[in-house]
This record gives sequence, C-alpha cells and structure tokens, in this order.
Amino acid sequence: MSLSTAEVNKIAWLGRIAIDADKIEAYARDLSGILDFVEQMSAVDTSAVEPMAHPMDQAQRLRPDVATEPDQRELFQAHAPLVEAGLYLVPKVIE
Amino acid sequence: MHNKTLLELSQGLREKQFSSLELTEHFLSRIRQHDPRLNAFVTVTEEQALGHAKAADARIAAGQAGPLTGVPIAQKDIFCTQGVRTSCGSKMLDNFISPYNATVVERFNQAGAVMLGKLNMDEFAMGSSNETSYYGPVKNPWDLGAVPGGSSGGSASAVAARLAPGATGTDTGGSIRQPASFCGITGIKPTYGRVSRWGMIAFASSLDQGGPMARSAEDCALMLQTMAGFDEKDSTSVDIPVPDYLSSLNDSLEGLRIGLPKEFFGEGLDSNIARLIDEAVAEYRKLGAEVKEVSLPNMHLSGPAYYVVAPAECSSNLARFDGVRYGHRCDNPKDLKDLYMRSRGEGFGAEVQRRILIGTYALSAGYYDAYYLKAQKIRRLISDDFKQAFQEVDVIMGPTSPSVAFRFGEKSADPIAMYLSDIYTIAVNLAGLPGMSIPVGFSKNLPVGMQIIGDYFSEGRLLNVAHRYQQATGWHQQSPLEFA
Repeated sequence: MSLSTAEVNKIAWLGRIAIDADKIEAYARDLSGILDFVEQMSAVDTSAVEPMAHPMDQAQRLRPDVATEPDQRELFQAHAPLVEAGLYLVPKVIE
Repeated sequence: MHNKTLLELSQGLREKQFSSLELTEHFLSRIRQHDPRLNAFVTVTEEQALGHAKAADARIAAGQAGPLTGVPIAQKDIFCTQGVRTSCGSKMLDNFISPYNATVVERFNQAGAVMLGKLNMDEFAMGSSNETSYYGPVKNPWDLGAVPGGSSGGSASAVAARLAPGATGTDTGGSIRQPASFCGITGIKPTYGRVSRWGMIAFASSLDQGGPMARSAEDCALMLQTMAGFDEKDSTSVDIPVPDYLSSLNDSLEGLRIGLPKEFFGEGLDSNIARLIDEAVAEYRKLGAEVKEVSLPNMHLSGPAYYVVAPAECSSNLARFDGVRYGHRCDNPKDLKDLYMRSRGEGFGAEVQRRILIGTYALSAGYYDAYYLKAQKIRRLISDDFKQAFQEVDVIMGPTSPSVAFRFGEKSADPIAMYLSDIYTIAVNLAGLPGMSIPVGFSKNLPVGMQIIGDYFSEGRLLNVAHRYQQATGWHQQSPLEFA
C-alpha cells in the first residue's frame, strides 16, 4: 500500500491538519509503511468472525434523562482562546 | 525516607516517625536536586503539595487517616487536575489549566494523598520512548543515555529514581508495563473498565486504562485499592465490587498454573531476556507453581490490529482539539478552515499527526470495512486465544518487551521499529485483560521486566503472584546508584 502525496494532502484536509509542503513526502513514506504493516490482517479470513467493540461485549449503560451537571459556562470559557458575551469567537464563516 | 516503600511510609506516618510535611519536603527537595537531569516532571506543584501535607498531618493527628493519607505520589500529566496545568505532553495543551479533577485524582485527594506534581509523558500517550513529549524526553535513571520507555516514562523514571514513592500511569498498548520494565519498577494495567477513565485525556477509548506504578506489587495493591471502582461518570466503568487487594497478597502459589505462550519466545527476543524470564519462572516452580506451554496463535496480528484501532479512535477523540474552546490556537487565522488546520498543525507533534492521519484514512468512506471492522474482527480472534489459554492456566508469563531500554534516537526515525517495542503488551489491551510488569534481573546493566497476564478482574491474583516472587527475590529493591 503506497500513498501518494496527493492522497496524504487529502487525508490531512479530512483530519484538519496543516502539514508543511516539504514534509508531505516524509508523511507519505511513513504512512505507507504503517499501512503495509497493518496489511498483514488481510491474510486472515474473518468472514465468520463477529467484530469486537468492547472487551467484555458490554453495552453502553443508560441513565435517566435528567440534568446532572450545573451550568459552569464561565469556568469552562475561562481558558478559551477567544470569547465574547458567553460566545466562542471564530473567524467569519459566512461572507 | 525516599528508600522506604509506600506501605512503610504509610506506617511511619501513622506511628508519627515523621510528618507528612517532612516527607513531602524531602521528596520536593529530591525533585529539585535530581529532576533537572531526568526531566520526569512537567509541573511540580510544590505549594499545593505542602498544603495537602499539612491537611494530611491534621487528619492523622485527628485519627482519621487512611492508608494513603499524607503519602506523596505524582500524577501522569494525562489526568486532569483542577487549577493545575494538564498538558498531556503536548503543545496543544501547554496552556490548559483543567477546571476539574479526574476521578482518579479525586480518589487520591479523598484518601488524603499528597500530589507532588505532574509527570512527563509521550504526547497524548502516543509513543514508547518519551521522545514525543513537547517538554523533551525523560531520561532513564539507570542510564541517562537510554529512554525510560513510554508513554508513562515520567512516572517510571520518577519512581525508579526515588523522586516519588508511587505514580499513576495509563496503558493503551503497554504504556504502564513497558516503561515499568525499562526502569526496573512494578506496574499494573487493570482490566478495561476497572479504573475510571473520567478526566483521563482520551487516546483510544476502547483500550485506555489507568493504573499504578510503584516499586513493589504490595505498593501497587495499595494504590489500586484507591484507584479502582465503579464511576457513573465513565460509561464503560464496570460495576463489580473491588476486592481487598492487600489481604490476598500472601496467598499460596501452590498449584498455580503458569502458561508460557510459545509466540512470546520466538524471533526478535533478546537472549538475555529469555534467560532471565526462564530464571523467574524457575523461581515460581520453587514456590509451587506448575508450568506449561500455551499458544496464542493470532499474536502476530495484534500489532497490525492495534495500529488500526488505536489511530482510528485517536483521530476521533482528538477532533475535539480545534483551537476554539481550549488549547492552542494559531495566530491570525484567515478563515475557519485555516484556524482548524494551523491550530492542529502547530499544536500536535509528528507522531500524533501520523496517528490522526492513519486513523482518518482508516475511517474514511470506503475503507471502514477493510481497516476498522477488520481490526475489530482480528481483535476478537486475539481475545478468543486468551480465553482458550485461560481454560488451561491461571496466569500467562513472558517478557514485557523484546529488548531492554534502547538509546535516544535509536528508533525515533522509524515508526514501525518503535511500534514493535510493544509487541508483547498490545494484545492484552486488545483483549481488555489485566497485565503487569515486574523486574526480574538485568541485561547490559539495564532492568528487565517480566509480564504477568491474568483473566478479567484477576488483579488481586496478579498482585499476589507478583508479591510472592518479590518476597523470594530482591530485584524490585535494586535502585540506580546515581540517585541513591
């Protein structure tokens, strides 16, 4: 499995990570190596095997749908990079 | 005082041989003296520690002390600590002061333990050598040119150098056991769900598990007693009573059935390590155990399955670091896309980025079945191998890592070489089983760890098996001369 630099750029976009142009080739090489490593899985026939999502096959626990957390907006926004009037600020999305 | 075990310190405090304040000041002074060479701490919480110590002394004087009251420990910097920077070894969280405590931290606080500080680690727990930390690598106290292992390298190094009598760690693919092995200490990764993950910064949620790292199985038992237990805030926490780990430590090993998986002793294992494991197993025979060979035929697939499951879950978990709500934000973003991409490009190091990218690829449209689903099926096969083995034996033993601590830079340029350092530990996480590492000797003047794996929720048995060995041998009492 060999990833092209174009594919790496696409994955980086999907994962929202800016990668310097001069590092893309090294990433392509490393990621291709990792994909080759995991490729060993395909040699095994798993058509009759149930996927395992949880070590004890436990289902997610449910709880009553009631509010348990107090409002701590100010506390949580205290370490946000940019807030105003209780809102998180980001660059303009709609022109 | 620093050469005493947690249990001895606990007894000393209650017998008023020394106060918690004296004890805490002693460890803080050792950290000041030795940590500049080791880099095990990201943050030393001196003021808070002294406050905790005074409160503990008052509690001891009032006769309300528990076994950990007044005992200093340190937390891996992956556990959220209210009012204290929680960096996870990343530039992304270099400025993050947690607004709340992880359940594990809360439990130690309630027990009256004193927190000395936050320990260095591989960035977001992704690494096996501590070289991926934003704060620089931790050194191995046995040889400052060797890695301490990872990702809980700061925890292992601090405990081995006697800068803290015990520390917390987390283990997603071997991150408690491998550094414990490299630094000559004892560590246990409990069964998945045994210790709450709430407030423990998530890497791969179906694999992550916190656990104690200390100098002996007895001390690990003492710490795990406080850490383990149901937590309704963690949806995967398991609601099963926590047994008294200390009371079963001395149980007899007569008739204990030990399995040695032949796949653990094949190509790639250092011959000195193989010999030391043989010697340790021989010691168990003297203690009354029976030994037989078992097989884990799908063992060779654990690496490939792990490097799909862990990155896939990592890419999903780390999507929360967006430069908007907390953590690093790039300067002057020109639009929202630029804000996300540069904040994450600047905030994450290369190994974290590689894993996010692999995970993103594995989960992208058209590839899910070939990668994530396939890996989950392989995971079942690996888990079934263990189930089969545990019908014949009580515990499984083998090496923790194929080599002793390697040199800085030796594997950092080759991700696969680094991944193979965890070849014997990751299968245990995929199956969700408990596993521990105990020191069993030295090769090339560096510590060697033996791994002991048990069935689900057999932590008490594992600690017992490790403790009996440590009663009969002295490897766990060795300490690096430079930090005497």
